Amino acid sequence: MVDPKNKIPENKVTPASRQYPDSAAQLRQDPPTTGHSWDGIEEYDNPMPRWWVWIFILTVIWALGYWVAYPAWPGIQSSTAGMLGYSSRANVATEISEFEARNEQFFVQLVDTDLDAIRDNDELHRFAVNAGASVFRAQCSQCHGTGGAGVQASGFPNLLDDDWLWGGTMDDIVTTVTWGIRNEDFPDARYSAMPAFGQDGLLDSEEIDQVVNFVLSLSGADHDSALAADGAELFDINCASCHGVGGEGDYFIGAPALNNQIWLYGGTPEAIRHSVYYSRFGVMPGFENRLREAEIRAVAAYVHQLGGGQ
Amino acid sequence: MGLLDHHKKIETHATLLLVLSFLVVTIGGIVQIVPLFYLDNTIEKVEGMRPYSPLEIKGREIYLREGCYVCHSQMIRPMRDEVERYGHYSLAAESMYDHPFQWGSKRTGPDLARLGGRYSDDWHVQHMMDPRAVVPESIMPSYGFMMDRVLTREHAEHVRDIMRVYRVLGHPYTDEMMENAISDFFAQVDEFGDPVADRYPGAQQRNFDGQPQLTEMDAIIAYMQMLGTLVDFETFVPVANR
Repeated sequence: MVDPKNKIPENKVTPASRQYPDSAAQLRQDPPTTGHSWDGIEEYDNPMPRWWVWIFILTVIWALGYWVAYPAWPGIQSSTAGMLGYSSRANVATEISEFEARNEQFFVQLVDTDLDAIRDNDELHRFAVNAGASVFRAQCSQCHGTGGAGVQASGFPNLLDDDWLWGGTMDDIVTTVTWGIRNEDFPDARYSAMPAFGQDGLLDSEEIDQVVNFVLSLSGADHDSALAADGAELFDINCASCHGVGGEGDYFIGAPALNNQIWLYGGTPEAIRHSVYYSRFGVMPGFENRLREAEIRAVAAYVHQLGGGQ
Repeated sequence: MGLLDHHKKIETHATLLLVLSFLVVTIGGIVQIVPLFYLDNTIEKVEGMRPYSPLEIKGREIYLREGCYVCHSQMIRPMRDEVERYGHYSLAAESMYDHPFQWGSKRTGPDLARLGGRYSDDWHVQHMMDPRAVVPESIMPSYGFMMDRVLTREHAEHVRDIMRVYRVLGHPYTDEMMENAISDFFAQVDEFGDPVADRYPGAQQRNFDGQPQLTEMDAIIAYMQMLGTLVDFETFVPVANR
């Protein structure tokens, strides 16, 4: 007896048309079974859905076409090349040469034009600056910063200001980019070295303090004027030959100017003291082998127009 | 009874099914894998490849240990954007002494396949200590602790053990290289030491991290400065249709 409380209400009974077919009836009628029987459990032998069979056949036909069109079958020494002649290496070479062909006239023009005349040719200059910007982002930005501002007080020079180590004319920049600075790859790399005045015992601690204060006074920074006065002579003897009597620096040997507020390794007394004691200078790779001449000229044009070009 | 009906025999015979499945998989494997060992266009002879120097092996071990490959690939694909950014596309032979290869599968950071010589040692030191000091948009963790981890003779001996294994795997380490493994390990950070490049052409030898002692920083920078520099594409031109 069904408890009246559990009886399904009339309107909730699933109509026969929507009920799952009676499995026993199904078995009696169709489809055929495989004839396997395990513990009375039988297996229908339904055909594959037709859409599935067709897709299967189509993929087989597609594969046959693919074998012919693309590199596929291994032979004794090489594989079949395929009728389309597909090759990722050839493709990239073609694509690159396509773009180079498009830019060729500018590249030729860039190399043929006098460095300082590039900026007079509007179209060429625009090309050079854009091409140079992309070279800069790929090759230079890691040290000089995405925008060319360098890394402050860490020895990676800012290219936006008009303070230069090795000169900021187009010619200077091209030379720097081509051969680099203090690298061993190129004999033409720019080279100079400052003595480590403290480490090598050239100046004692007190003398270094005096020089540091004199250097601070050159740019009008806070300093101890008594110490600076003593430092003036030491500066003349030890530093002026490279940094100039007034600390104006020298592009020819990459000696930084000391008479301004721009500091490669920081302008605090501690930072300057460290520089005098240990001496520090940076390196830069030469791009002679990595960039072609037109690209070097383009990146120079880009750097030159950032703000500080001379 | 067509031919297909015999399939029933296989389906109902477990051992037969196993044996025949094995045969099918074997044939598939042979057809796919064996040609890779002899086809001209997969075995490309490339000039300049050499096994890693002892210090480079240590650097590579650190690279693996720190999971650098999770964010950095070492595989420049033959595509214009990659070739123009990173340099010549990678060749299979450039990974011939990598067990396992470091192609990676994801670039959170840039590809490193041709990192060597691109940056100064100083840059690498600063970047490893504080990546954002030099690349403000970077999300790379700091690895400054490598500066403090001094490498000793024990580490050198471990590297020599690794070289022994590599030798079994077919890396052409000569007896001379094995004998000098430990001294080379230390010599590579001494600019005036026994030239490591005599045995490992193109190996760079100098004090990489600027500290007097040999540290993990030296090893990882020695490894990074070598990456992608062994094949000279000025003299070696890969066949274009491969």
